[in-house]
Amino acid sequence: MKKEEVPQDDANMLEGKFKVVKYALNENGEYVKVPSVGWEPENVALGQAWDVINERVEDARQQVLSGKLSPLAFHMEKNMMDEALLAKHMGLPARKVKRHLEPKEFAALDEATLLHYADALLTTVEELKRVPDAPSRPISSDQA
Amino acid sequence: MSKDVVIPFDHQQSAHCESGVISNLMRFHGLKVSEPMAFGVGSGLFYSHMPFLKLNGIPVTSYRILPGLIFKRFSKNMGVQMKRMRFRDQDEAMAELDRVLDKGLPVGMLTSVFYLPYLPQAFRFHFNAHNIVVFGRKGDEYLVSDPVMDGTTTIHRRALVRARFAKGTPDTNGRMYYPTAVLTNADLKAAAVRGLKRTARDMSNVPLPMFGVKGMPYLAKKLRQYETKLGERRAKLYLGNIIRMQEEIGTGGAGFRFMFAAFLQEAAGLLNKPELKEHAKEMTRIGDQWREFAFEAGRMCKGRPETGSTYGTLADKLAAIGVAEKALFKQLAKLPL
Repeated sequence: MKKEEVPQDDANMLEGKFKVVKYALNENGEYVKVPSVGWEPENVALGQAWDVINERVEDARQQVLSGKLSPLAFHMEKNMMDEALLAKHMGLPARKVKRHLEPKEFAALDEATLLHYADALLTTVEELKRVPDAPSRPISSDQA
Repeated sequence: MSKDVVIPFDHQQSAHCESGVISNLMRFHGLKVSEPMAFGVGSGLFYSHMPFLKLNGIPVTSYRILPGLIFKRFSKNMGVQMKRMRFRDQDEAMAELDRVLDKGLPVGMLTSVFYLPYLPQAFRFHFNAHNIVVFGRKGDEYLVSDPVMDGTTTIHRRALVRARFAKGTPDTNGRMYYPTAVLTNADLKAAAVRGLKRTARDMSNVPLPMFGVKGMPYLAKKLRQYETKLGERRAKLYLGNIIRMQEEIGTGGAGFRFMFAAFLQEAAGLLNKPELKEHAKEMTRIGDQWREFAFEAGRMCKGRPETGSTYGTLADKLAAIGVAEKALFKQLAKLPL
């Protein structure tokens, strides 16, 4: 790849925060680092991965709204976790976390457990008990 | 509250986190190695496709050796002594970091990109093998040299704790490391030869079909059947993942092939072996083939394949890359150096 062939397909994946570098050949045939804002195939593949995640988050939100699952299910998906990974963060067996995805079991949780869940899922106890009215993007851990 | 520490650390942006951290840390300790040289000496290049090992339900494809191994091989090859630590306790992990910073030493560590707020959202998956260097502390903010970024940044203590203690594949366990002895007069020439030979061996000799140059025809065979076996949607997801691992931030593009070509080029000068320049050219041509593969695959994933493009033609491209890499690494393995 020559320097001038380094792709500059901006899909705002880097949010303008910085450019990545790629190795490419300069006019003397020597390798140099060249900044890039992105490349179409990578943007497509990345977008595809996010579509899957967003679908799962929205699906969980719908199931919470219809009363099939507890809000914990939504926040878990939003953090891109499954029961096993969340359980690891909680120091609980996965089957327990699974049980807490049932609305009844979730409603019976004590404040300390809720606080622990909220911390693991980068949210507050108040937020943990509900889901947003509109579809939402996966969590940004900026508030971590 | 401990006092502020700012260690003068020369941050250089890299294409890949692990080789970038090696290069940056070594320069601090008086040993100049470029990122491609660190990658080559650490025998970083590889290929594997493991259908039995899945992440998020999708088989893993990798263009490099396992995370952490480049550092290990580099250190062994160059006689660098490293202190490596892992922790159970978060407070102890931060206290030890503070102690080492107080001694004036920058510290490398393993983090999860999901918990690094300074990175763009689109890249923040639960990828728990991202290397960064912490080189100071101002109040509750730690100074960070993240090799994939063009400049240095900061991270709050709370966020850093989360990133250092992420769970998953693998648990990061607060892992940190720093060189304790660096030989600034180490024999880089001999190390480059050893690193190169090791990569040539790794690529050529693993007696399993999913590793090294055998892995490409192996995946090609599977790829040919993706659509019929998996259905259109899953086929696209599987294919998309192959591109992601090849082109995503941290690979330098073309699945590290251009970075390795840069290493060969630098080694040609270092060892005064002009023939290596020809091998670098061939590696570049192969890197371009990887890029063409990704381009065609990207169109397929988007549902807008080029005329005549099918999973079959993609498999042909991948198999052809396998043939080219097999020939190149065979030559490199035999090369008298």
